[in-house]
Amino acid sequence: MELCDLSAFEIRKKLQKKEVSAVEVLDASLARITAVDGRPGRLDYGSITDEDRKHVHAFITLTESAAREQAKNVDTQIAAGEDPGLLAGVPMTIKDVFCVKDTLSTIGSRILSNFVAPYTATPVKRLQQAGAVMLGKVNLDEFTYGSSTESSAFQPSTRNPWNTSRVPGGSSGGSTASVAAGEAPLSLGTDTAGSIRQPAAFCGVVGMKPTYGRVSRYGLIAFGSSLDCPGPVARNAKDAALMLQVMAGVDAKDATSANLPVDDYLAMLEKDIKGKRIGLSPEYFQITIPDLETGEYDQRLVPDAIREAVYQAAEVYRALGAEVIEDVPMPNTRYGIPVYFAISRVEAASNLHRFDGVKYGYRTSAKTQGLKDLYRKSRGEGFGPQPKLRILMGMYVSAAQYSAQYYQQALKVRTLIRKDFDQAFDPNGKYRLDALLTPTTPTTAFPMENVYGNSVMMQYSDQLTVPANHAGTPGISFPGGFDGDGLPIGLQLLGADFSEGLLLQLTHAYERATADADWRTIKPAVLRED
Amino acid sequence: MAKREEKITREMFAHLVDLAELELEEQEAEYIRKELNNQLAAIDELAAIDIPEGTEPASHGVPYTAASSQALRMDKWEPCADADAILEQAPDNKERYIIVPDIPHTTLE
Repeated sequence: MELCDLSAFEIRKKLQKKEVSAVEVLDASLARITAVDGRPGRLDYGSITDEDRKHVHAFITLTESAAREQAKNVDTQIAAGEDPGLLAGVPMTIKDVFCVKDTLSTIGSRILSNFVAPYTATPVKRLQQAGAVMLGKVNLDEFTYGSSTESSAFQPSTRNPWNTSRVPGGSSGGSTASVAAGEAPLSLGTDTAGSIRQPAAFCGVVGMKPTYGRVSRYGLIAFGSSLDCPGPVARNAKDAALMLQVMAGVDAKDATSANLPVDDYLAMLEKDIKGKRIGLSPEYFQITIPDLETGEYDQRLVPDAIREAVYQAAEVYRALGAEVIEDVPMPNTRYGIPVYFAISRVEAASNLHRFDGVKYGYRTSAKTQGLKDLYRKSRGEGFGPQPKLRILMGMYVSAAQYSAQYYQQALKVRTLIRKDFDQAFDPNGKYRLDALLTPTTPTTAFPMENVYGNSVMMQYSDQLTVPANHAGTPGISFPGGFDGDGLPIGLQLLGADFSEGLLLQLTHAYERATADADWRTIKPAVLRED
Repeated sequence: MAKREEKITREMFAHLVDLAELELEEQEAEYIRKELNNQLAAIDELAAIDIPEGTEPASHGVPYTAASSQALRMDKWEPCADADAILEQAPDNKERYIIVPDIPHTTLE
């Protein structure tokens, strides 16, 4: 095992004991990137070669020299007996949706392909202040609009380390692939409909969407402002807890960040889970998909392997003394995607009007006739198909004559979705759940190019994750074994507002109880010797 | 069942593209219009939902209480540490001015 395969927690211990230096840890990460990542994403990528198809391609921008400076600082601090911070010397990757001062911050789009951020996002700043070493910026769906990372303007897009013919999921695909491939133990992602949890499930890592407002959105290039949540990607619950501990908390620069104390997540991890009430809901074992030709709805059960993994996890919890409550009704789950189609598009359209080819970012080099023509050409050339789709849909469903039918209706159904969660977690209610246990995704990682282009089917892969975004409540995805194709299965725990500590504790308990399971010894394909 | 109607016609699409300040190539426009109509078919599921009387729209999920909200801050001017770094992001700029082509204008009578 290389240094870069250790957890953040183990790296921290080794640094404190002076068994290794931060520079050595960094070098191990850089060597891993050289071995598995292949060429970074580029606008002018030429064509995708067979060689490209064997690599991970997590990165857009590698910030090696800045990382080396940071690592050296950590070593100097440790040598001087100073406290270098909770994440000192731990390598991390940052989804390229966050502004980081003096660093390209592209959001996977031509329109920001030359944008060097003049300031640093709050969650990144807090991670850096805690001593974490940023390796660089990693790929994502353009503007985070997708569930496979394929829509990035920067190609080759990221591939799944467990099987490079499969997608890593998205939109935080670069984040989860970099962590799965051992390039970094930690990554910072964002989740608007499942964009941390879905790729975490596909890549066999831990990913958490905290409660809306728990982590500041300042410096995050906005998509759906009422839904976006920055959150940790790690290889286990303890590392996710460490990372969240550093990032969480009120920020004067984000008025929607919650002014509530942050729990001691690490202390909560080791607590007993005896008596915790864990629910299972039939609505989370099926998905509802529209037939685009007829407009009728097809209900499909999730594959047996995924269903069995969830039920086995429920048995693990029962054996640890938790109570499992079946048949918890979450009747509005199926409306999560239609509601999302309306709300997220309206918010996206509003957020994307600022990109105009004038103030920053891409500007057309074509001859233009007046300012409007400059806007149209710059936006037409700068945005890929997904942002264009979202802008147009957002404008349509919020137009005066359609708003009541679509947008206002969606906001009311959002209230109903929230009610499902309120009733399940009500401490005086019928179910009194501590957490709801579900599959994270309706399938495991699908083949590259299989779904891309069909914007409706792509969206439906978020059906089991998006309700928590509407409700604002936290959720975590963690590995629960493999399916028959050797692809990771993600288990999801959903909780009440600000119950991150409890979700991490339950995840940690499952990890400990299954630590000796055979499937835990399987390595991602890109790290196998054969 | 009959093929469902196309809600976003070519004319309506052209109007939306105009409002959105976009310029699309023909092939791209056809793809986007098709996907928009498909997405609308999915959104249409909303219309059939029986919403109990008095259900308020939710603009966000987590409730903001007096305890969880930040106090309003003073409306105090804080200078940007490096305004030039921001101005220099403009693709065309000169001496702290951002250069744009002709701005549409009409002469008032």
